[in-house]
Amino acid sequence: MRNEAFKQKLGFGVLLLATLVVVIPVLAIVLLVLVKGWGALSWTFLFTMPQDGMRAGGIFPAIIGTFYLVIVSIAFSLPVGVMAAIYLSEYARDNALTRTINLAIINLAGVSSVVYGLFGLSLFVVFLKFGVSIIAGSLTLGIMTLPVIITTTREALRAVPHSYREVSRSLGASRWQTVRHTVLPRALPGILTGAILSVGRVAGETAPILFTVAAFYLPKLPTSLSDQAMALPYHLYVITTQIPGIPEGFRYGTALVLIGLVLVMNVAASVLRSRYRKRR
Amino acid sequence: MRTSFRRAKEFAIEKLILLSGLASVVFVALIFVFLLREGISVLKHVSPGAFLGGRFWYPISSPAKLGILPLILGSLLVTAGAVVIAVPLGIAAAFYIAEVAPKKTRAVLKSCVEVLAAIPSVVLGFLGITLLVPFLKQFLGLPTGLTAFAGSLMLAFMALPTIISISEDAINAVPREYKEGAIALGATHWQTLVRVVIHGALPGIIAASMLGIGRVFGETMAVMMVTGNAAVIPETLFAPVRTLTATIAAEMGEAAQGTPHYHALFAIGIVLFLISFAINLTADLLLNRGRKR
Amino acid sequence: MTAGRTKISVRGLSVAYGRIQALKGLSVDILENEILTIIGPSNSGKTSFLRCLNRMIDLDLQARVKGSVTLDEIDIRRGVSPEDLRKRVGMIFAMPIPLPLSIRDNVAYGPRMSGLRDKAALGRIVEESLRAAYLWDEVKDRLGHPALKLSGGQQQRLCIARTLALDPEVILFDEPTSGLDPISTAKVEEAALELRKTRTIVLVTNNTKQAARVGTRTAFFLMGDMVELGPTETIFTAPRDQRTEDYVVGRFG
Repeated sequence: MRNEAFKQKLGFGVLLLATLVVVIPVLAIVLLVLVKGWGALSWTFLFTMPQDGMRAGGIFPAIIGTFYLVIVSIAFSLPVGVMAAIYLSEYARDNALTRTINLAIINLAGVSSVVYGLFGLSLFVVFLKFGVSIIAGSLTLGIMTLPVIITTTREALRAVPHSYREVSRSLGASRWQTVRHTVLPRALPGILTGAILSVGRVAGETAPILFTVAAFYLPKLPTSLSDQAMALPYHLYVITTQIPGIPEGFRYGTALVLIGLVLVMNVAASVLRSRYRKRR
Repeated sequence: MRTSFRRAKEFAIEKLILLSGLASVVFVALIFVFLLREGISVLKHVSPGAFLGGRFWYPISSPAKLGILPLILGSLLVTAGAVVIAVPLGIAAAFYIAEVAPKKTRAVLKSCVEVLAAIPSVVLGFLGITLLVPFLKQFLGLPTGLTAFAGSLMLAFMALPTIISISEDAINAVPREYKEGAIALGATHWQTLVRVVIHGALPGIIAASMLGIGRVFGETMAVMMVTGNAAVIPETLFAPVRTLTATIAAEMGEAAQGTPHYHALFAIGIVLFLISFAINLTADLLLNRGRKR
Repeated sequence: MTAGRTKISVRGLSVAYGRIQALKGLSVDILENEILTIIGPSNSGKTSFLRCLNRMIDLDLQARVKGSVTLDEIDIRRGVSPEDLRKRVGMIFAMPIPLPLSIRDNVAYGPRMSGLRDKAALGRIVEESLRAAYLWDEVKDRLGHPALKLSGGQQQRLCIARTLALDPEVILFDEPTSGLDPISTAKVEEAALELRKTRTIVLVTNNTKQAARVGTRTAFFLMGDMVELGPTETIFTAPRDQRTEDYVVGRFG
């Protein structure tokens, strides 16, 4: 009997240790980037153009570029993803086509980010002749985040009680009217959560934009969809691996801005999610 | 009159919805087709066997040597190292979070795992090359810290959130009656976990591990920044290697369109696509079998 | 006003869920302005029958329906769209299910979906329907409040008002008072009795006494068959079938 109790203590201790090995580095990373990068954050750093081969000045164009990429890619993936989820949740039957669609979504989610880059290069940059541009990069990123939007939206739609749909239909509303006026409004917070999470992902991805939009250095800010753009993750990659002599604070500062952006998105999504759950 | 306009609008919207539903299938097909379009031409320069099994990757020499075996082995080595570290760690952490942690800490722990999942890979790569690599060089007395081992450590870290959260789902899905039955027969919580819960959650845990592996096999930036640049067949874990993904990312900028090098990189993309397809298919089958039970 | 011509005609109606036969070839004429109460133990097919009358059964993907149902001699599967049918044949469910909207928006939902936009007209319909459901006085000062804040009995009357807003010719009640307190139950029954003067009512109930109070005719369902149909008083005092007698007397239930 005592042997078993001891075994349990030991076993649980090992599990705890494993968990700490996972969790402590996470906290360490966030704190480290915060501490080392905070000093670099200044008005100049955030809002001016880079100078002296990125060694001075700021990262403003990278921030703007990331901003554009996020906006355009969500403008594509949110409507398509929400409608795809509506199809799966409200219209699709349990047949081979639906299983194929689900399989396709899982596969889109599993494709390597650099393969997306190749795809974007081959389809958008070369075949459709968009060139290395914001539109090419955003569409590539948009397709990459489609699975996230579809999955979170589908869950949000499923969470709406079936009885609401029954009532709406029994009052003479069509299937689409029911979705539009009863189901969708109810699912909106959940959908928004998915959109916010997508923003976080899009902002942080490097490989898909390597060949489709990212530029090493642009003297001017992008003004149209067909322009190239700088972007935060690519910028961090470049100043870490390609350019010597960058002050350490710049590197950590860029990392901090990137991590900060992503974490703010994640926290916003979490808050939205828990408020939404409480309401129900 | 207004009703028929409304009906027409509704018809159009519902067709749009159907098209969007098919979009994912269309995109997967497009990815495969366009990879194939650029990648298949590599077979003009090298046979499939020589491509997949060739031991030398010198794409810019002439004639170009396009054997990706060193890259495949590089990916396998780094991934295997990551698996060995991440799978036991992740499963153990999942058990702790799902079964042992007090309620309040559980929320905190889950948040930490989510934060880990959210950290962009380029940031991890940056920290890896700035801190981990010099540390390994010093601590292990290596000529350079840019090694497969550094890559495995990074990838292990990145696989953990997937492994942990899906294993957690699998553990939580084990019916409470199984656990209560065991405890009623006098088993301790630990014994219940090891004898009963693991058994019930096993398909889900295996699927979680597979999905984690799939995710890191396709990882690009972090691994590229810490594994060095040596496209040679790896002999030890503590030397530089090159993965399939890093090769594409690092060399695509230099490969002119239409050259054998260009086509070869796309062919590598096809290989990656097929491998992740296979892994995801298997993991999904496992997850569905687990659920049906 | 006594019941007159046939409003709904059912011929050979069968409903199957996989291998389970919920309704076995049922035929019945439902007369205008009657209250047809349907009694019987659970799983007799009462709800399936009801759902066939306004094609809500279409939403049950596993259900296989055969036979014909006509409303005013129009085949409901071919001669009219499901949406238009449901505006003429309304349904009250067993659990009160207010939509997550205000009281006013709940009642106005049906007419809005039909295309009515005029606020004044909607306001009139909301008031008339709430009055007809005996709910107006209780909620007239808080029409903008969430419907979910009402009590169970009020919610059910709200559901009745919501259905009435479409001015249906037939109203189907599916065990409408099973979860309600006696006062609310009485109000719902009172509403049904009042409504039948201008419409046709089909009311499924688990409560035989309710059927006795409210029905003009009563049908006894057992395991997918309509065992007996007749004037309510006859069913309860001198049923022809032994099984009917056993049920109304309470030997099984």
